[in-house]
Amino acid sequence: MQADWQYIAVFVALSPIFPLAPVVLNRLLGPHRPNPIKQQTYECGVETVGDTWIQFKVQYYIYALVFVVFDIEAVFLFPIAAAYGQLDLFAIIATVLFIFLLADGLIYAWSRGVLEWV
Amino acid sequence: MNMIIDLLKSLISLSLGDFIRRNFGTGPGTELLIDIGGVVILSTFCLLIVIFLIWLTRKLVARMQDRIGPNRVGGRYGLLQTVADVVKLLSKELIHPSGADWLSYNAAPILTVMAALLVWAVMPFAPGVIGVDLNIGVFYIMAISSISVVVLLLAGWGSNNKYALLGAFRAVAQMVSYEVPMMLALLVPVILARTMSTKGIIDAQNLPFILFAPVSALIFYISTLAETGRTPFDLLEAESEIVAGFHIEYGGMKFGMFFLAEFVNTLFWSGMFVTLYLGGYRIFGLENWVGGDGYPYGRLIGLIAFFAKTFFMYFVYDWIRGTLPRVRVDQILNFNWKFMVPLSLVLIFFVALVDKFIPDTAGTVTRMAIHLTLNLVIAAATLEFLRRRGRQFRQEMSGGDGPGGRETLYPDDHGHGAAHEAPAHSDHGDMPLGGREPIAVPLH
Repeated sequence: MQADWQYIAVFVALSPIFPLAPVVLNRLLGPHRPNPIKQQTYECGVETVGDTWIQFKVQYYIYALVFVVFDIEAVFLFPIAAAYGQLDLFAIIATVLFIFLLADGLIYAWSRGVLEWV
Repeated sequence: MNMIIDLLKSLISLSLGDFIRRNFGTGPGTELLIDIGGVVILSTFCLLIVIFLIWLTRKLVARMQDRIGPNRVGGRYGLLQTVADVVKLLSKELIHPSGADWLSYNAAPILTVMAALLVWAVMPFAPGVIGVDLNIGVFYIMAISSISVVVLLLAGWGSNNKYALLGAFRAVAQMVSYEVPMMLALLVPVILARTMSTKGIIDAQNLPFILFAPVSALIFYISTLAETGRTPFDLLEAESEIVAGFHIEYGGMKFGMFFLAEFVNTLFWSGMFVTLYLGGYRIFGLENWVGGDGYPYGRLIGLIAFFAKTFFMYFVYDWIRGTLPRVRVDQILNFNWKFMVPLSLVLIFFVALVDKFIPDTAGTVTRMAIHLTLNLVIAAATLEFLRRRGRQFRQEMSGGDGPGGRETLYPDDHGHGAAHEAPAHSDHGDMPLGGREPIAVPLH
């Protein structure tokens, strides 16, 4: 068990090296003569107006909210699925109810018009 | 001399770890060394295979579009085209856009590759050839792969560019949405195999799970298309709408890292599809063959089988890329939330229920037949439901007309008196758009 996670730990520790190496190499090999015009924001046609970090469409936020509900609930389904062979009838009924609750959340979101792209 | 032969045989039979344990003893130090070696080999492989994958994709898509594709650099097949591209990227200047958030701008390309590499830790290449067989393997994959969503937002937010931010929002909405059907579809192999370990799922596939759960396989495959942002779900980098999406401000190798992560991810999901539904490295028991001298040579056969299947699935990705156009952002989200999620919920509900009522004494083939029948029934019901809904929608949009909607096509046709005498319910459905005299249908 611990040996398993040792591999993951080694992987996490070593994995930044692989993307960092080419980027650092690029910095060393490529030219580096920055000037203000070169560093301007890239846009098509016209100059940028105002700040980028403004309020954005609330729809994205609502989708993320629906996702969080589903994500957390689906997380609980994985252990149930893995231990499925050992579940008795009561546990199965509980699971079915749980899936109904998941579906109910979707139906609620749907009926409230959350899933409409406006 | 014996040691060299031992080493060579271990190399061929993909059991280098055993070789090290035999010759350097088994201690925590040796295990650490094996782990480091495994990580370095796995990561290097993932990064180098991308050079081949990019060439393959360019060649395949070019052929599908009736072009030749790369054919200059490195012989007539353009084999060194990607190497030349890498060299070009390396010699580019790294520009830091003014006003960009330094930390998130620079961390994003690194993190995206990290996430793309880390998922490979639980990918079973051949019997015994796996980074680590975690008992929560599938769960680990879901956890790590969702990091890339956050990374895209980091990149888009950090760039201080409106197109980049818009692209990042789109990407996050899409990837976050398609994670739900993907997770629900993933539950089906987990229920069938009764384990979350990737190796355990392969061991349970005496018959490939695609025969048990074709609907789940299809949902999973479509979701992976969206997760990796491939066509037809590639609107997170739609050039014609938002220039290039979240990586617009990136150049040189930082851009290269996003590109690399995309290809590594695509290959990973191809491999995962093979692992979950096509039996992974299994090929009629040949993968477990142990040679007379005790070396597990079958591992090499398993590895070849795994990559043959994986590259076939990768080819299907490119095939879809060469076939389908890009969809709209509202279509992409509606398709997910109003079709894929309900379908996968219904699927998981029935699969769980049916699997419980199959007695443990039933053979694999019986179990497969019951599950396959269930899947076919669900698929048929879904198609029939879609057909009816589609007809209903078309009628609502066109006012009782057939496909195409004459009212929307010829909005100014109401006044032509002669046309009003046309039979009210004649079959206009298959009239080609244009070419013939438009027939106005009485709308009231």
